[in-house]
Amino acid sequence: MAFTLPALPFAPEALEPHFDTATMQIHHGKHHQAYVDNLNKAVTGTENENKSIEELVASAGKISAAVRNNGGGHWNHSFFWESLAPNAGGKPTGKLAESIDAEFGSFDSFKEKLSQAGIARFGSGWAWLIEQDGKLVITSTPNQDNPLMDVAEAKGTPILGVDVWEHAYYLKYQNRRADYLAAFWNVVNWNVIGKRYEAAL
Amino acid sequence: MTINNSRRKFLSGSAKASMAITLGSLSGISLLESCSSPKMIANSPLFRTSFDQPTLPYAYSALEPYIDAKTMEIHFTKHAATYASNLKEAATAEGVKTSRPLEEVLAKISKYTPKMRNNAGGHYNHELFWKSMKTRGEGKPSGTLLADVETSFRSFSDFKSQFADAAKTRFGSGWAWLIVTSDKKLAITSTANQDNPLMDIAEVKGIPLLGLDVWEHAYYLKYQNKRADYIDSWWNVVDWDFVQKRYDAAKA
Repeated sequence: MAFTLPALPFAPEALEPHFDTATMQIHHGKHHQAYVDNLNKAVTGTENENKSIEELVASAGKISAAVRNNGGGHWNHSFFWESLAPNAGGKPTGKLAESIDAEFGSFDSFKEKLSQAGIARFGSGWAWLIEQDGKLVITSTPNQDNPLMDVAEAKGTPILGVDVWEHAYYLKYQNRRADYLAAFWNVVNWNVIGKRYEAAL
Repeated sequence: MTINNSRRKFLSGSAKASMAITLGSLSGISLLESCSSPKMIANSPLFRTSFDQPTLPYAYSALEPYIDAKTMEIHFTKHAATYASNLKEAATAEGVKTSRPLEEVLAKISKYTPKMRNNAGGHYNHELFWKSMKTRGEGKPSGTLLADVETSFRSFSDFKSQFADAAKTRFGSGWAWLIVTSDKKLAITSTANQDNPLMDIAEVKGIPLLGLDVWEHAYYLKYQNKRADYIDSWWNVVDWDFVQKRYDAAKA
């Protein structure tokens, strides 16, 4: 069955002023759509045609560059949209809040470290909070790779990811990736992130 | 660098060694000396890039409507300026003499930190990029470059299409290049991020004649996700006279 573009869980203008409408429309409607289309092209008529996106991503390095790039692009963006919400931000609660404090000292220190991972990723990529063997770990991946991939340096279950491709922020923030990352914290849906963490444990 | 050191470096690795034997048998040692590494072509000022960022050789609006003034201004004053200043920091930290040509660092970039790799590449690539564009490009090369492009790629239009493919298929951030290889052939290649074909780590090595920036920051304000449209437009501002000069110097 062919992959399809999931609808955004909110209106494209819903994350203003943090993420602008044009960026959301192009990011979802053009970039994510292209990953979906190119992933379908890469698997149609092959032995991988009926595999789930999770199966494709888990063995992306063995399948092909097209599956790695576009399967990763589809998975990462689907995960990203679900992580965001209007009138969100704030702080995590419950188990996730406790583990973040235990692992990183404080929520502010965690935010600083994830932002740094995003700033330090040279070129295009993602910064991640992952669950790895019962611990929370911050990592980053190039291009559309992710921590579920066989090719990832740091593997684990993604809890939160932030897109640091320039297309994610250039219309509003241009070269100021740090400002985009600061704005990102205002649209993180901690309810969803907290549930992901509990499911991963 | 002495000739002996140059040859030793050139002869490291079996693939290079077999190429050296081929070249040696065709043309003798003098060809080996002249083409194996960027250091050996540094006698032309075209291949001696400074660590400094000189002013842009034209106005930010000079490449309109193909490349917009706002993109040029941010690209030059923010992105490229940051590479230049981070390069100086890296040079200080890693004991590199900034009076030497940057090409020397690129040729042995694997010996330095990722900070040096990213910023030496970033500075070199952008310097070449600015110089290879002008208000009214000729549209196509002429003279020996045109003749050799036609020999190597069948026609100028085939060349453009292969070069555009290299630029479009570079996933993520990077550059597409027209280079002269060590056997003095024209070739098209692409590199990730701010790597370039002068680097010892490059998959395909050679002297860059022309490079196209396909980081999203090079085109996103005007073209957004339409990288192919940016590439189409860019041909209008290529300074083919400049590319021909580099070609002449690379072949000399």
